[in-house]
Amino acid sequence: MEIPYTVAERPDTGLNNGKIGIWLFLASEVMLFGALFASYIMLRIGAVEWPRGDTILNVPLATINTIVLISSSVTMVMAWASLKRNDFGKFRLFQALTVLAGFGFLTIKYFEYSAKFHHGLLPSKNTFLAIYFTLTGLHGLHVIGGMAVNGYLLGPGSKLWKTDPEHFTNRVENSGLFWHFVDLVWIFLFPVLYLL
Amino acid sequence: MGDHHDIDRQVRTYIFVFVTLMALTIVTVAISRLHLPVHAAVAVALVVATIKGTLVASYFMHLISERKLIYWVLAFTVSCFIAVLFLPLWSHFDPITN
Repeated sequence: MEIPYTVAERPDTGLNNGKIGIWLFLASEVMLFGALFASYIMLRIGAVEWPRGDTILNVPLATINTIVLISSSVTMVMAWASLKRNDFGKFRLFQALTVLAGFGFLTIKYFEYSAKFHHGLLPSKNTFLAIYFTLTGLHGLHVIGGMAVNGYLLGPGSKLWKTDPEHFTNRVENSGLFWHFVDLVWIFLFPVLYLL
Repeated sequence: MGDHHDIDRQVRTYIFVFVTLMALTIVTVAISRLHLPVHAAVAVALVVATIKGTLVASYFMHLISERKLIYWVLAFTVSCFIAVLFLPLWSHFDPITN
């Protein structure tokens, strides 16, 4: 059975099913990260002392990662805009850059984590590191998930462009919404964990 | 498929938003170097992060021109999100005392 309203708008919602689906999913994601941010606040205001992030964490690397992730959001939206212009070649270029930026982000994160582990700064060391690894670890898993979907749409999933270009464009838009959400979460994680 | 001129206009907006986000990232790091008192530092950092987040949500996620249903879903989510954020503060300012 074919999934209905993948391109046409549903008369009752005014949206295609993919769009409403991804927004409902993102709403649940807001609550997932919201609960962890609330945990962070509770741990911080309940602590006798709390270290400034920049005394433990690597701010230059995190700044580079912020730039990498914001840049990937632009390449993601440019990939979608290229499909809107019927330019599949440009789509592939921008989509590949987005996936590459995801790899770049994770590679930098790997070096950050390795340095922490090397110096014995494990989640069990203190509450700050416990919430740092929980929040950035969960965020990293989201980056991996986004890369998997974006990689699929760049590779085997792109066959849909030949048969149903509007449906494919909607898929890219929806995966882009997830990717921008991942960027948005990092925009808050960066100052909260590294700079305050 | 969308109108090409409309997309060209959107692309110019994306590039403008990108440059603004980069500038605000530098501002975020620069402000942290000032070593402001904790409350002021938290307030400034969250204001800048909120501006950046609003730009991403409005333009990259197209919320500036989205359907009403999405706004309702998000309004409900944000109200729950704010409630969750304030729960720890509520418990902090209303401790159990003997």
